[in-house]
Amino acid sequence: MTLPAFFRHSVLAIALGASIATPAMAQERELLNSSYDIARELFSAINPEFEAWWQQEHGEEISVNQSHGGSSAQARAIMQGLRADVVTFNQVTDVQVLADAGLVAEGWQQALENNASPYYSTTAFLVRKDNPKGIESWDDLVKEDVSMVFPNPKTSGNGRYTYLAAWGFADKQFDGDEEQIQDFMRTFLGNVSVFDTGGRGATTSFIERGIGDVLISFESEVNNIRNEYGSDDYEVIVPPISILAEFPVAVVEQNAERNGNSDLAHSYLEFLYREDTQRLLAGFNYRVHDESVVEEFADQFPETELFNVEDVFGSWDEAMETHFAGGALLDQLQRR
Amino acid sequence: MRRIGDAPAVKRLLIGAALVLSALFLLLPLVAIFAQAFSQGVAVFWANVSNYFTLHAIGLTLGVALLTIPICLVFGVALAWLVTRFSFPGRRILQTLIDIPFAVSPVVAGLIYLLLYGRNGWIGSWLDGHDIQLMFAWPGILMVTVFVTCPFVARELIPLMQAQGSREEEAAATLGARGWTTFWRITLPNIRWALLYGVILTNARAVGEFGAVSVVSGAIRGQTNTLPLHLEQLYQDYNAVGAFACAALLALIALLTLAAKASLEWRASRREALL
Amino acid sequence: MNQRALRLTGSTRVLPGFGLSMGISVLFISLVLLLPITGLFGQLADLSLAQYWAIITEGRVVASYMVTIGAAAVAALINAVFGLLLAWVLVRYEFPGKRLLDALMDLPFALPTAVAGITLATLYAGNGWMGKLLEPLGFQVAYTWVGIALAMAFTSIPFVVRTVQPVLEDLPAEVDEAAMSLGATDAVAFRRVIMPHLWPALVTGTGLAFVRSLGEFGAIIFIAGNMPYETEITALMIFVKLQEYDYAGASAIASVVLFVSLALLLAINIWQGRFVRRLHGGKG
Repeated sequence: MTLPAFFRHSVLAIALGASIATPAMAQERELLNSSYDIARELFSAINPEFEAWWQQEHGEEISVNQSHGGSSAQARAIMQGLRADVVTFNQVTDVQVLADAGLVAEGWQQALENNASPYYSTTAFLVRKDNPKGIESWDDLVKEDVSMVFPNPKTSGNGRYTYLAAWGFADKQFDGDEEQIQDFMRTFLGNVSVFDTGGRGATTSFIERGIGDVLISFESEVNNIRNEYGSDDYEVIVPPISILAEFPVAVVEQNAERNGNSDLAHSYLEFLYREDTQRLLAGFNYRVHDESVVEEFADQFPETELFNVEDVFGSWDEAMETHFAGGALLDQLQRR
Repeated sequence: MRRIGDAPAVKRLLIGAALVLSALFLLLPLVAIFAQAFSQGVAVFWANVSNYFTLHAIGLTLGVALLTIPICLVFGVALAWLVTRFSFPGRRILQTLIDIPFAVSPVVAGLIYLLLYGRNGWIGSWLDGHDIQLMFAWPGILMVTVFVTCPFVARELIPLMQAQGSREEEAAATLGARGWTTFWRITLPNIRWALLYGVILTNARAVGEFGAVSVVSGAIRGQTNTLPLHLEQLYQDYNAVGAFACAALLALIALLTLAAKASLEWRASRREALL
Repeated sequence: MNQRALRLTGSTRVLPGFGLSMGISVLFISLVLLLPITGLFGQLADLSLAQYWAIITEGRVVASYMVTIGAAAVAALINAVFGLLLAWVLVRYEFPGKRLLDALMDLPFALPTAVAGITLATLYAGNGWMGKLLEPLGFQVAYTWVGIALAMAFTSIPFVVRTVQPVLEDLPAEVDEAAMSLGATDAVAFRRVIMPHLWPALVTGTGLAFVRSLGEFGAIIFIAGNMPYETEITALMIFVKLQEYDYAGASAIASVVLFVSLALLLAINIWQGRFVRRLHGGKG
């Protein structure tokens, strides 16, 4: 290629690049849902339902876009200008951060039922075929020959739930004796073989790389993994006592107004509470509140004692402060 | 005359070691990518590649790369001309400054752009007031891509132009040639291969950038998702074949890059041989 | 000295484009490189010196420096040996597949780091092609610092090969012919005659590889295992701080990496400049 030709091609390329990169001026309204990492399949299933429902109710064609990432990273992105209309997160603190910044209305937790959490889950275990290490509850995890995989509590909300669940168990077991709890937690953290940065990375380590005896994740996630990778090779264990994991949702009012999507955003969140959607959620192994759906799926969700973060740790803010901040308990427990 | 290492035994040993190690270290990963991508047959591979979101990611990635190249080209040539043709105080510092992108971890590169142009940043808050969005849209992806790729063209040109010296240009200038004429007629033909090599490296890096882009993209499928980000999402969604299908596409771009580079070098060496 | 004076009086006067190229370069460097970097220091301004010191000397962060520097050093050493071997073979010998091997050298630059990361992790995990061979021998690569060093070595090998190769090519044949005619063995001749010419390029290439390894994130994170105090790299510590909304902390650690890398790069640049001048100006 001669040089002038090369430059001609570059010019052509610029035009081409610009045309690809500029989104076509869409006529239809687009709603952006910013969500946590592992909810991609879930919302890929819900969004078409909502689009069809809105079309039927309002005769308007709309589309819902998804953005996924670590829940905290997503909240940060919105504060820095990601124009999401609604958030569907896996941690209350991450929505609260947005409320503190004035992007989400104060009192968002009262805006919708069940603390604005249309579905919930808990922390559960995935073990290998026939459960060779006989793992039934949290105290089985601190045995010497058990190794486990869960995501890094520093980088993952999922990992934080696991840490808090184990702490909450120890708190009950040792009747709040701080020293014994910390010993328990030290052994617990010492039995981790890999700290991946996110939930899916941990799954890959456990399944594809064959590391560890136990994978700890959300109940919904371990069930989905088992379905995905073969129900013969893995077993799901829901411990008799564990943590309540809420999945809070909220409208990012400032963005929704700016995008002219306020009505759409509010309807979208309410849509998550409808019976049909709740059935869909239960299909993805999330626990829901709709009574008829709860009855329908009763076999799928073993009864278990769930405690709130607030009950054991006071509040999410306090839990973050005393456990996960730089130099706080998590760091101390892992210190050599 | 015998040269060092010419003994057949030594030669065979060294070539053998080089080939075996390269095969294990460099070729095997490449083979593994394609083996994984096609592990469930061509149809599954194709279904993953022809998916709307994948196609959009490919378009965005190539579009950003094609916009990045001319920007880096102009800057690279200007900087190389400046530091190799003139002597002035601060020259060495300028030359080191362009290495900043090598010294900054890509994630941090993304972060500093976000801090400046994000909604809470100095410039970002002003832009937000005027309803201009750079971050979490393609301009932001372009900006960080330019940041991480800008040293390549300059770094290729500087040693070459230093070695060539400025005698030819000076002669032309003394004979009264105008600046641009000198540049087009004398400098450019001398540096064209290095220039193209720089472009190839720029392109490779622009297409593959992950860390910096992941911070400023928002990863909205079908909107701001580049191919490397899409790959990571598929990997996270237990679609290993889909992830490796994207990896195979990226590896294919890498291979084309290598082929382009090899053929350029071959042409250059043939030209040298003719001269 | 003479040469410098000549350049100052000669080039600057005769050649055009000083203003234009200076303008473009300064504008670009200011807008694209320096302006965003000020954002980094803006974050640092929120910290007192004591806070800054506390962040960058925290036990876990210091452990991550050790892991990163240690693995980068091992990777650089591996690359020095392996890179030298490859450069030598590519320059000195003719063999089938040579052009292919030469082209393959640039693969790590052309391959996106995330692709390299998931591929290496897949290969060296206990059930991967390589892992299956190595782990029964008691040699675990993935999720140990060996894996980190491996990923670093993979992403930075071209630096060594591509800096040593041209120097080796330019080496006149008479140099080693003379050595051989004196009856020295290969090893002795290589050490005494070739290495003195080669080592500046070798050190430069190894240095660049080392700097590159310090900042690498994408390729390593998949294979590292990320255990606190054992296999956490500094780039991950920055990432962790970001996840905690701790921009100041992230910027503090990032600034350490930035300073170290820039200092190393500046040293390499100055040293290389000296070396080039010595080559061109003879030994005087």
